[in-house]
Amino acid sequence: MTVAIIRFGGSNCDRDAERALEHLDIDAEIVWHEDEDGLPAETSGILLPGGFSYGDYLRAGAMAAHSPIMDEVREAAADGVPVLGVCNGAQVGCESGLTEGAFTTNESARFQCEHVYLRVERDDTPWTAAYEDGEVIEVPIAHGEGRYEIDDDRLAELEDEGRVLFRYCDENGAVDDPSVNPNGSKHNVAGVLGETETVAVLMPHPERATLPDVGGVDGQGILEGFAR
Amino acid sequence: MTAYTATVTVRLKHGVLDPEAETTQRALERLGFELADLRSADRFEIDLEADSTGDAEDRVDEMAERLLANPTIHDYDVEIAER
Repeated sequence: MTVAIIRFGGSNCDRDAERALEHLDIDAEIVWHEDEDGLPAETSGILLPGGFSYGDYLRAGAMAAHSPIMDEVREAAADGVPVLGVCNGAQVGCESGLTEGAFTTNESARFQCEHVYLRVERDDTPWTAAYEDGEVIEVPIAHGEGRYEIDDDRLAELEDEGRVLFRYCDENGAVDDPSVNPNGSKHNVAGVLGETETVAVLMPHPERATLPDVGGVDGQGILEGFAR
Repeated sequence: MTAYTATVTVRLKHGVLDPEAETTQRALERLGFELADLRSADRFEIDLEADSTGDAEDRVDEMAERLLANPTIHDYDVEIAER
């Protein structure tokens, strides 16, 4: 039982994720994406970490999405292995088809590094079982390409299917004021589910809100999804 | 086999926000230029050998579909020329 943290060239949140999972007593192992052995046999979960894989060439996440190990990740996801994409990992998730939509250039056209509030849209997934429906959590973001973009009709369908997991909001959970939406994401979407509830991606960094020494711990519940 | 150069132009779909283009437009305006709008696009030039123009187009189309463009946010077009 181990969570495989996939390290691409340019990943830089892999070790943060490993420490955060270890803090939660969840066994984790960093796996180099070109490792000939591929995913460890005992892989019980997969985390696609943040960073700047392949220097964001072409589009953030586009190159990593076509790395050979992603075939294994997609197969594992289809077999029910939990997969979480964080930040660049969320971009990789969308580019690889694990999740729908695209995370593209922030409305501000700037890199943004700040704490944001997220509203938990449903509490019946592994990633959100630690929270209540509508609960507001505080987690940091650090990205230049986090604006969630998708066709309006398809977004409406995803919303109907309950596949929006987190939305940017104010400290009370309200989403109406544009200023609470840090990157201009459509309908304030910060994180979505894949075809199954065991696959999720989000732009904010739960691993940076897990160790008590570095600030809040609101992100713990998301990572605990690997232990459910 | 004939040698071709395929030109793939990838641009954001109509209605998708382009913050980089808006920033570029503002910078041009700060330099004193007058313009109504500015759109940006990526252009890829691909040299390849193929049996026919149609064959070259099919292959490049798939390249655009699978990697060069993201169909969620992009439209693209392909032009083929003998080289």
